Amino acid sequence: MVEVANVKKRFGSVSALNGITVTIRRGQITSVVGPNAAGKSTFLKCLVGLVRPDSGEIRVGGHDVNRDWRWRRLVGYVPQAVHFPENLSPRELFAFFRKLRGTPGADGRELIELLNLEASLDRPVRQLSGGTRQKVNIALAAMFDPEILIMDEPTVGLDPLTSQRQKRWLERERARDKTIILASHVIAEVEELSDRVIFLLEGRVYFDGAPREAIQMTGQPTLERAIAAMMEQGS
Amino acid sequence: MRQIATLARYSALELARSWWTACYCLFFMVLAFAFFAFGEEPAQAVVSVLNVVLLVVPFVSIVMGVLSFYTAREFAELLLAQPVGRLTVFFGQYMGTAASLALAFAIGLGIPFVWYGWNAREQSGTLVALLFGGILLTFIFVALAFALAVRTENRLKALGAAIFLWLFFALVYDGLILAVIVAFSSFPLEKVLLGLIILNPLDLARILILLRLDVAALMGYTGALFRQFFGSPLGIVAASACLTVWMALAVAVGASTYVRRDF
Repeated sequence: MVEVANVKKRFGSVSALNGITVTIRRGQITSVVGPNAAGKSTFLKCLVGLVRPDSGEIRVGGHDVNRDWRWRRLVGYVPQAVHFPENLSPRELFAFFRKLRGTPGADGRELIELLNLEASLDRPVRQLSGGTRQKVNIALAAMFDPEILIMDEPTVGLDPLTSQRQKRWLERERARDKTIILASHVIAEVEELSDRVIFLLEGRVYFDGAPREAIQMTGQPTLERAIAAMMEQGS
Repeated sequence: MRQIATLARYSALELARSWWTACYCLFFMVLAFAFFAFGEEPAQAVVSVLNVVLLVVPFVSIVMGVLSFYTAREFAELLLAQPVGRLTVFFGQYMGTAASLALAFAIGLGIPFVWYGWNAREQSGTLVALLFGGILLTFIFVALAFALAVRTENRLKALGAAIFLWLFFALVYDGLILAVIVAFSSFPLEKVLLGLIILNPLDLARILILLRLDVAALMGYTGALFRQFFGSPLGIVAASACLTVWMALAVAVGASTYVRRDF
């Protein structure tokens, strides 16, 4: 479980998070959506301790995220963009993270097959396409079987087949009682996968509920239109 | 400690495979072979190499340190989302970057030294001092680079500040010392100047190596003063200790900002 209580964060004169309070439950896929600069990435970064809130409290699996770092063994994080060391291969990166996390048994074989990464394992990262780098990004977050997955735009750059495989895999992980938190701009994907949607606008929670509740509340036929309607109302 | 070693090993492996590091290593190899092959005396060659080392090692270390920090900036976000402390990530990346540059320098200079060292055994202590001084300078200037880069998101700003810092220590500082000597020539300045030498790691490294070489004519006023105050053997220890303090301070400044900042 992830508990966020009245979290505020400013960057200079810009208020990125303006009193966010949410509780994210296990066994669900929770999507964080909103327009550009709504605070989605800042919110996810706060959850993993990369950004320190000015005030408020965040507890992940019962641990205060800004007190310690050992709780991060519970978490797999997929950042929006990652610039891997160009001269290392994915196989070396996987070995590096295994050593860093002290989990030599996690070979990530299932994910490597699922994401079709076998052919790229020994090529230096500089020779890999953007999509393949994103697959490596996802595999690195998920190969340690974390209880909580936090993913920022996880399907960006993926081909339709891999994107579909990833969605089915996320559904299986949800069935295994994992806590899955996604930030995404692809609302069709959010509608397909999510049990719950948190809509952020100007650093505040504007809507928090199931996708069908958003549709019912706005009287729109799809979640995409419902989100667009909420954006119009809020602006 | 295990995590710092893992981070440093992979950080060094990444940099070791870079063309720039290979070029850096090759540069010193060609330079040292040229000076030893065409110089008349091994001592003369060492002094010529020393002058290049004192300019090139700090410059390459501070520039590569800044560039390497920014290249690894997004990757650091991924590392900091792992069950690892922030200080561990900082030290691992710093050690990896500094160690790979120091190794490239040591290999580049070490091979010609070993090759010609058999003919100049009396110089072997000086060669070791030169390698030691160069390695210490590498660790200090990479630490300064990290301390600058961690403070700003703007790569160009950090690079500009790094080049300014190198220019200041390599060229401007000696001019300032000269100005102090001229302006206050009627006052006893020995202790003030000693303090000023300690504030410049490049001067300290130059004195450390020249004290071992024991060439009074090359030491300049500040070097001679340092030798007069400490004597040669104690002077070497004092200069090494001051350089180590420089490294520790630069690392501490960088690390204290790294643990507080947002990513």
